[in-house]
Amino acid sequence: MNHWLIFPILIPILAALVIPLFAGKDLALQRGISLTASLATMFAGLWMLRLAAGGEMFTYALGNWPAPFGIVLVLDGLSAVLVALTGVIGLFALLYAMQGTDEKGPFFHVLFQMQIAGICGAFLTGDLFNLFVFFEILLLASYNLLVFSGGEKRLRAGVHYVILNLIGSGLFLLAVGTLYGVTGTLNMAHMAVRVSELGASETALVQASALLLIVVFALKAAMLPLYLWLPNVYSSATAPVAALFSVLTKVGVYAILRTSTLIFGAEAGVAADLLKPYLMPLALLTLVLGWIGAMGSHKLRKMLGYMIIASLGLMMASMGLFTTAGISAGIYYMLHSTVVMALMFLLVDLIARQRGPVDDALVVGWTPTQGSMLGVLFFGAVIAAAGLPPLSGFIGKMLILQAAIDQPNGFWMWAIVLITSLIALVALSRAGSLVFFKTDDVPPGESAGRASLGDFLPVVGLLVCIALFTAYSGPVTEFTNMTAAQLLEPSFYITNVLGR
Amino acid sequence: MTPLFIVLLPLIGVLLPLLFDRFGRLPCTLSAAFPTLMALGMLFSMGPAVMAGEVFVISWPWVESLGLNLAFRVDGLGFLFALLILGIGALVIMYAHYYLTNDDPIGRFFAYLMLFMGAMLGVVLSENVLLLAFFWEMTSLSSFLLIAYWSHVPAARQGARMALTITGLGGLGLFAGLVMLGNMVGSYDLSVILASGELIRAHELYVPMLLLVLLGAFTKSAQFPFHFWLPNAMTAPTPVSAYLHSATMVKAGVFLLARMHPALAGSSEWFFIVTGVGLLTLVFAAYVALFKHDLKGLLAYSTISHLGLITVLFGFGTKAAAIVGVFHIMNHAAFKASLFMTAGIVDHECGTRDIRVLGGLKKYMPITFVLALLGSAAMAGIPLFNGFLSKEMFFYEAWKLPLMGDYPWLVPAIATLGGLLSMAYSVRLVYDVFFGEVGETPKKPHDPPFGMMFPVGVLVAICVAVGLFPEPIIGPLLTAASAAVLFGDPGAIDLSLWHGFNAAVVMSLIAIFGGTLFFTQRARLYVLADKIWPDLTGKKVFEQLVEAVATAMRTITSTLENGSLQRYIALLLGFSVLAAGLPLVRFGIEPGPMAMTEIDFVSVVMWLILVVCSLATAILHQRRLVAVIVIGVVGLVISLAFVQLSGPDLALTQLSVEIVTILLLLLALFVLPKSTPHEGGFTLRQARDIVLAAVAGLGTALMAWLVMTRPLESISRFHLENANYPVGGGNNVVNVTLVDFRGFDTMGEISVLLVAGLGIFAMLQGLDFKYVEGTISRARDRYPVMLTSFSRPLLALIILISIYVFFRGHNMPGGGFIAGLITSVALILQYLASGIDWASERMRINFKLLAAAGVMLAVLSGMVSWLAGLPFMTMAVQFSLPVIGEFNVVSTLFFDLGVYLTVIGSMMVILSNLGHLGQIEEEYDENERLTEADPWKP
Repeated sequence: MNHWLIFPILIPILAALVIPLFAGKDLALQRGISLTASLATMFAGLWMLRLAAGGEMFTYALGNWPAPFGIVLVLDGLSAVLVALTGVIGLFALLYAMQGTDEKGPFFHVLFQMQIAGICGAFLTGDLFNLFVFFEILLLASYNLLVFSGGEKRLRAGVHYVILNLIGSGLFLLAVGTLYGVTGTLNMAHMAVRVSELGASETALVQASALLLIVVFALKAAMLPLYLWLPNVYSSATAPVAALFSVLTKVGVYAILRTSTLIFGAEAGVAADLLKPYLMPLALLTLVLGWIGAMGSHKLRKMLGYMIIASLGLMMASMGLFTTAGISAGIYYMLHSTVVMALMFLLVDLIARQRGPVDDALVVGWTPTQGSMLGVLFFGAVIAAAGLPPLSGFIGKMLILQAAIDQPNGFWMWAIVLITSLIALVALSRAGSLVFFKTDDVPPGESAGRASLGDFLPVVGLLVCIALFTAYSGPVTEFTNMTAAQLLEPSFYITNVLGR
Repeated sequence: MTPLFIVLLPLIGVLLPLLFDRFGRLPCTLSAAFPTLMALGMLFSMGPAVMAGEVFVISWPWVESLGLNLAFRVDGLGFLFALLILGIGALVIMYAHYYLTNDDPIGRFFAYLMLFMGAMLGVVLSENVLLLAFFWEMTSLSSFLLIAYWSHVPAARQGARMALTITGLGGLGLFAGLVMLGNMVGSYDLSVILASGELIRAHELYVPMLLLVLLGAFTKSAQFPFHFWLPNAMTAPTPVSAYLHSATMVKAGVFLLARMHPALAGSSEWFFIVTGVGLLTLVFAAYVALFKHDLKGLLAYSTISHLGLITVLFGFGTKAAAIVGVFHIMNHAAFKASLFMTAGIVDHECGTRDIRVLGGLKKYMPITFVLALLGSAAMAGIPLFNGFLSKEMFFYEAWKLPLMGDYPWLVPAIATLGGLLSMAYSVRLVYDVFFGEVGETPKKPHDPPFGMMFPVGVLVAICVAVGLFPEPIIGPLLTAASAAVLFGDPGAIDLSLWHGFNAAVVMSLIAIFGGTLFFTQRARLYVLADKIWPDLTGKKVFEQLVEAVATAMRTITSTLENGSLQRYIALLLGFSVLAAGLPLVRFGIEPGPMAMTEIDFVSVVMWLILVVCSLATAILHQRRLVAVIVIGVVGLVISLAFVQLSGPDLALTQLSVEIVTILLLLLALFVLPKSTPHEGGFTLRQARDIVLAAVAGLGTALMAWLVMTRPLESISRFHLENANYPVGGGNNVVNVTLVDFRGFDTMGEISVLLVAGLGIFAMLQGLDFKYVEGTISRARDRYPVMLTSFSRPLLALIILISIYVFFRGHNMPGGGFIAGLITSVALILQYLASGIDWASERMRINFKLLAAAGVMLAVLSGMVSWLAGLPFMTMAVQFSLPVIGEFNVVSTLFFDLGVYLTVIGSMMVILSNLGHLGQIEEEYDENERLTEADPWKP
């Protein structure tokens, strides 16, 4: 029995329950439980990654009800790699939060673990309505994490976030309801079968509800024109929360990729290749506007928010090719950029804390106390984020460009990727030079503070992750190629889930 | 393995200076010199074989699906460049040791320098072109760090960013071009690419690919119009200028031309673009150099000009010209590095590099003078120096050039003009600095320490030696390198000093004498230049461009992301309408075959009430209390609709949710202003929103209609069939669905409830509550006797009912969720009727824990099935134990109890905390009404 398939969901949920029930106000105990859970989740994720690397698919029928009548969890390459990613980012974000963020209000660890459970659940479920439930868990958890430790700015951003996402939930229900009305099922594999069997008279309705569903996912994935909420939300959150949020948008990307290949893929009859004409152009525009926003930002954290948008644009543009190479490159870039952006949020927090009253504003600030150390880390992070050698961003871009060659719209992809890379270079070198080079001395009597070893640990850890990721790009790309091939072969998924 | 080590040693060496920094300057310098010399030694060990024409290629796979391999190649060209990089690198390390002051962080300097060295070696020794692009960008990055080394100087920061931007631009172009190239050939390995010249040149994408690759070469080698970053990079410490910005990094561009020569050269596009750009750069930069008053500025432009010359040679596309190009690369590296170091010495010892200030240094710095004189002679192309040889050969190739059709004189003329200007600025360099009147310099000039002159001396000695005995010294290396560039046998290379009296000699003579004459007339030229030379520098254009772009981006961003929630919602709804509407319009709206049901009078009235109340909510939203009441009516009508449509479970749920929601809303409104401020008159935005809301609402209705007119063949048939005891644990299919079929959903939803409860608690804890003007004014009679006395006995009754509802849920409408809500209502009623303190004192339950315990119970009941080896949440499990025998466990009851507890717990947490807010607010009031008895107290 594949009980382990549910571990990445149950471990964090149990932690989130054990903490209030048994740890009380004992912060050390809370941290201990939370850390243990995060480690366990990460190892569960890595274990799943190992299993999925063999190309096999695993299912787990909850309640022992056979698909499509009950809810199933499904593990394929894509789910596995995203759960593992969540585990890794979760661990480092938690390590950072344990340096003091979690003291600033009650229930940090409960919310944090629930968030992880929600994200992992969304990646693992094979049921569309269950996906909705996990969206709700992660929405509520993320909303509360966002406003965690209070302040007017956070509350304001939180209100925007929660209202937009509640509307999104409503649209989700409408779309799922309609799809259920047309196909009579909620299991994604089963829905894929049903959709492919639909008659021409159902074209309009099924496409309308499918696109509506995609709109909801696009809101989560911050795709044009639904990205405007993100910069403010991410820049308002505390650093570890923002770092964890870098995975949150990938839930949207995941859902888009999953549904557009499985249910509305090439073999989907009246809804065949539904997203093919739209995804890449919108994603490329997202990429452009993301970097325009990054260069036009007045604050570092906001810049990071826009960089997330840009990275989402790039990965979705590549996935929008709907070829093995394109999806594979997109997944590679997704893994890379998620780690990099998590790293960036933590690092910029450390930097901003040493810049005196200007904090993260892009104006002349104090010389950071630990300028050399922070500078080296920032340089490394920027290299990764801007897609420069010797780190994985460069390889990711190579993969994407190579995938786009000879493809329709390939020219636009090339042009936009190259131009935005240049903007990235300019924007980041301007920011870096302002923060580290063009500085004022700390005024006498003031102190900019120092980051402790514990503060540096998660940052360095994530940078090491990127370095390892780069070094092992060979096996990684083999894995993403396999995953992309799985996605483009929906019958594989369907047979595994429905068993026929 | 050796080639890998040659590249890796300096990269490992990045760490050494950082580690040895603490032990003092000398250990730090030695720690940088050590890996350099070691790599140099390893390179030499390969020398004989390379000279013999052997090509070493080693390869390890890295990212195989990408074609990116860790593949290195040592051939004549790579060897030559590696020699320059390591040889001059070692000299520069020595020079820098003396050049840098004690205030400069020397460890960081050498770390950057080693990073560059490793990257540059990677460029020249890559076998895989993707790897080449990889190292290429790394050289740009390390150059950025080195230029910005004195980061407190604004010009250094600007120069660094400019260099990074321009070379970064080229790097991206090159990267793209090489991917295209590899795609054409089917391999990224140089061995394959170099052998596929004809295929490449015939490819339909040849020209765009060529342009991209050349963009990389021209930006790196500072060719017009990308030249301006190089003079601005002169803010770097002089060792960096000598090393990166004259001898090595800027040569990467011409290296690329040489490397790709067999694959790309030979087409007319190649000839016209490369030769054209090279000639323009050659003359333009030489002319500008003449007017530069900064010693390093002059040398920078001279470097650009010489790079132009080399570019021209590769542009010719002939074998002989390419050989000369390789030759001049070596010569230029030697004399220009020496001259930069000399300029650094002058700067170091005099405190200025302004040629107008300097003068007559011959007296004070005799050795430096000699070195500068010899170096300049090589630069000017005076016979018996290395520069003369390659320049003479350049003239000869220009003269012989067959490709110019009706304008055979054009290239030789431009070449001669370039040579003439080169002579002029060389003379100026020596004369204005070392002869004439002694200037007022900030420092008293004198010859520098030996360690600083030694590297210059070595380089000058090479210039002279090669000039005198070219064949024995440089012959084999040049042959090997040329063989690599030509990808074939270069044949015998004639390096003799005198070829007889030919056109090249005439051109040389014109250049030397014309240049001297030009120099003597310089005073007049300066005046003229000031008049006609536009006040337009590349730097200015670049900075204005970047600033304009940045401003535009700021404007776009702040215009789009204006922080208006209304806008974001409008975008979301608009996009949804578009997404759902497009297929509906495209494929037509086609209702299903089901007949519409009869319309009865009561329903029509109810639906009308629903519509009116919905509209009223929107219209009355400014009067919040009224709006909440009206929206309550909407909820009630919907529950009635569920009753009518035979959904008693849904109706019950909807009803209890509705009551709880309204109560919570009222509590929240208690502390909020009672009305929303007016936003002024009817605006365009409101019009937009009304239209959008109407379309979205009607569209939703349309979709619902389309769905409901279709027959539904769904999986619920299975659920209906299986909802019977004991398979599904009950007969009520709704409840069985909630606790069994889709119990996992329910577990998720109660987790949401828990998170909501705890989240609201956490949020309100951190809220800095301020008294808001205009909150709801309270009635004097706050705890109506009727309500208070009614509610208390009612509590027991309602709880009884909820327990009943809970248990009957298995077979009849009801269950944990509804029961929980009913209990919550009973408890809320106590709070409302008797006050929060009164109620809290009597309910000593930690509702947060209750909620958590509820979810825990649900999860644990789901885990029971694991004991029987069945999946999570298998509710009906048959166990067989040895003594007891077989028995059934149905966990649904416990699961449902978990749901029940979570609902109560979460609801009460939210409620009591919102109530608590009211209390805080109350304390503000207290001061005004101290005399009044406090009704919050029981």
